[in-house]
Amino acid sequence: MATFKDFRNKVKPNWCPGCGDFSVLAAMQRAFANVGLEPEEVAIVSGIGCSGRISGYVNAYGLHGVHGRALPIAQGLKLANRDLTVVASGGDGDGFAIGMGHTVHAIRRNVDVTYVVMDNQIYGLTKGQTSPRSAQGFQTKSTPQGSIEQAISPLELALSLNAGFVAQSFSSDLKQLTHVIEEGLKHKGFSLINVYSPCVTYNKINTYEWFKQNIVNLDTLEGYDNANRAQAMQTLMEHDGLVTGILYQNKERPPYEAMIKGFKEEGLAKQDLNISEEQFDRLMAEFA
Amino acid sequence: MIKQLSWKVGGQQGEGIDSAGEILSTALNRQGYHLYAYRHFSSRIKGGHSNTKLRMSTDPIGSIADDLDILVAFDQETIDLNAHELIKNGVILADEKFDPTLPEGITAHLLAVPFTKIAEEVGMAQMKNMVAVGASTALLGLPLAAFREVIEGRFLKKGQKVVDKNMEAIERGRDYVKELTIDDLPDFELAVSDGQKRLYMIGNDAIAFGAVAAGARLMAAYPITPSSEIMEYLIRKLPEFGGTVVQTEDELAAITMTIGANYGGVRALTASAGPGLSLMTEAIGLAGMTETPCVIVDTQRGGPSTGLPTKQEQSDVLSMLYSTHGEIPKIVIAPSSAEECFYDTIEAFNMAEKYQCPVIILTDLAVSLGKQTVDPLSYDRVQIDRGKLLPFDADLPQLGDSELFPRYELTEDGISRRTLPGTKNGIHHVTGVEHSETGRPSESAENRINMMDKRLGKLSQDIGYTNPVAVDAPHEEADLLVIGFNSTKGTIAEARERLELDGLKVNQAHVRQLMPFPTDLLAEQMKNAKKVLVVENNATGQLTSLIKMNVGMAEKIEFYGKYDGNPFYPAEITNACKELLVHGNI
Ligand SMILES: Cc1ncc(C[n+]2csc(CCOP(=O)(O)OP(=O)(O)O)c2C)c(N)n1
Ligand code: SF4
Ligand SMILES: [Mg+2]
Repeated sequence: MATFKDFRNKVKPNWCPGCGDFSVLAAMQRAFANVGLEPEEVAIVSGIGCSGRISGYVNAYGLHGVHGRALPIAQGLKLANRDLTVVASGGDGDGFAIGMGHTVHAIRRNVDVTYVVMDNQIYGLTKGQTSPRSAQGFQTKSTPQGSIEQAISPLELALSLNAGFVAQSFSSDLKQLTHVIEEGLKHKGFSLINVYSPCVTYNKINTYEWFKQNIVNLDTLEGYDNANRAQAMQTLMEHDGLVTGILYQNKERPPYEAMIKGFKEEGLAKQDLNISEEQFDRLMAEFA
Repeated sequence: MIKQLSWKVGGQQGEGIDSAGEILSTALNRQGYHLYAYRHFSSRIKGGHSNTKLRMSTDPIGSIADDLDILVAFDQETIDLNAHELIKNGVILADEKFDPTLPEGITAHLLAVPFTKIAEEVGMAQMKNMVAVGASTALLGLPLAAFREVIEGRFLKKGQKVVDKNMEAIERGRDYVKELTIDDLPDFELAVSDGQKRLYMIGNDAIAFGAVAAGARLMAAYPITPSSEIMEYLIRKLPEFGGTVVQTEDELAAITMTIGANYGGVRALTASAGPGLSLMTEAIGLAGMTETPCVIVDTQRGGPSTGLPTKQEQSDVLSMLYSTHGEIPKIVIAPSSAEECFYDTIEAFNMAEKYQCPVIILTDLAVSLGKQTVDPLSYDRVQIDRGKLLPFDADLPQLGDSELFPRYELTEDGISRRTLPGTKNGIHHVTGVEHSETGRPSESAENRINMMDKRLGKLSQDIGYTNPVAVDAPHEEADLLVIGFNSTKGTIAEARERLELDGLKVNQAHVRQLMPFPTDLLAEQMKNAKKVLVVENNATGQLTSLIKMNVGMAEKIEFYGKYDGNPFYPAEITNACKELLVHGNI
């Protein structure tokens, strides 16, 4: 059985010291081991950004693609090989700006992919521009007068789309973060995990301290029922989205792969490519 | 008795024009005639003039005809728009219902046939198209029996009665025309065919069938004319083979999902037209950089922007070759017939895996949607070659701590062994960032040069693709060499036949491999010709530029373009060649 150490490699992340992404990496490695996976059974598809580098820091299969497209790549991969555990990962810009179209449709489609977003409310890699997660009034290089656009609420959006698994966590809470990722991995279908992962270099507002003061752990809310979508939505609204834990899970919704007629359990990539002469002749006869 | 004939049916889109053409052509195909059909349609669903022009012959044909022998008209607009194509004394079969009139200056036989009335008498006004098929049959001299099987195939599921009614409509249409006495009626009776069994299909179906035969099991695509039939065919057929089609949210997802699936080890494809391909370019670069095989079909239509979405054009050539930023290995092939579409698609999947790079199958609307006779396809020619792909159970040496499989190992031929996610001891990293042999990001100048040379060195002019340039060069010293690509092959061939009758020596080279450019093969042909004419359905001469850039000999190259949305007619190419040879320019 692999331990979290087996998911480490010796590559030194090029993240700034203190970057929230380090904890996401550690939590992922733990979660893989905790759910009993071996390194070769995991593939991480990541986007472009500081966060996007994560696939190169895990000892597992990994693909670091183009900005905003981690999700369709990950879905294609999962459809090709159902035996793989496929994780998609990237930044808030990657998933909620350039890749937002794919996020919405990945939720609708519900292919069994675990999507971990490192949400730092800023564009890190391009050195500090506003992101769709930046609060209104937030000053950045690209919004010197403060952002005049409203921030997006990915969790409310996911709930409105009836996502099967919606969770949020925080880089400082390694235990909860690991647990949430584990549950996301176990969930059959698409799971969205938004992680508050502070950028210590460019975001001087949404700091570790700021989050500690503002976020509410759902475990502390009495009677919170994460099978209740309406309650989840209301809770999000009441707390301005600043909650952590598994917000909502619908265990009944079958994943996309399970709903495709004739789609085999055994991954497509493991099947014989050849068709028989009889099948060939039958297909050809339709054009006669 | 005649050996070939051109027939057209026209009316408002949605009026049953397509099925009239389908039924007549299927019957002719089963009788052993060679066919070539081209649909003229608009970017709307109901209404708008639409027509299908069908050429039938006892010999192989690869082009629409210049003129028209028989025009079947369901409205006056059809006559007004198409009568000028008719040969002298050609026939218009028109529905009596709209009081058809002959436009001024046209000498044709206008036969008003009560299509609608007969259909109503038989039981359903919709069957007027069957009456029209019957009326045409009277002129062509086809036996009624030729239709029974076709009608049964189409309507038996709706009951014997529907079959009988349709047959009755055909028969009464035939009888009506047979009883007319017409002076100076040209002989339209088709000579007996060889009765051979052949296929009749559009290029898009051939590509889709080819993909199934090649082992493709996943398609991710977004609908667009004229590529959607590929997706529609695979939606129907892939489930039977355990596969599936995902209709994605856009072409960005279509191509990246295709790349993800190929990375996972399944043969996957996507298909689109110019607008979709424009969206895909960044990701095609990712496939090139990460050496991920993938097959992409671009069915060219009129551009730019939305352009002429239902019309013929060949204007994506340069963008397919060069649109991705940076420099990647890429293969672009261009089949020129439905038959080539089938076999080329199989080759495309093999080459994508052999060279581990994107392969673009470039068609044009006439290849994709033009329906034509195809010889029975060969099961034995379906060979699957997955190149240096290692199986899931490959016995690989144990990887040490943090050690990775050398997925991008530098090799003699530049191609490295490929392990699929899920393979033990095959773990490596994949990234669009410049990377080392194990896939780790690397900015070292030495590594950069090695990796660029490796990737770009995988391809040479000879990639093993069948007939990179299809040559028909009977003359050692030719007056003219005509070069084209995609659907113009048969049209050029027909023009050459006419020129030969005039004593001109004309060779033909049809480019099927656009990237890597087959410079040497073309140069060889061009050397033997005094002049070279490049025929292209575009305004700027994209292939012409490629030839000048790669082969040279610019002084003897002329470009002949057409960009009005229509395919070339043989006569246009014949005339252009004559102009060039007589006057030295066109
Ligand atoms: C098509 C494209 N546009 C722009 C860029 C430049 N770019 C790279 S990462 C990035 C934004 C990164 O922000 P985010 O996704 O939040 O990731 P972070 O760096 O904050 O982790 C941008 C704009 C790119 N690589 N590709
Ligand atoms: S810039 Fe911000 S997000 Fe990027 S590595 Fe540094 S701290 Fe992390
Ligand atoms: Mg960010």
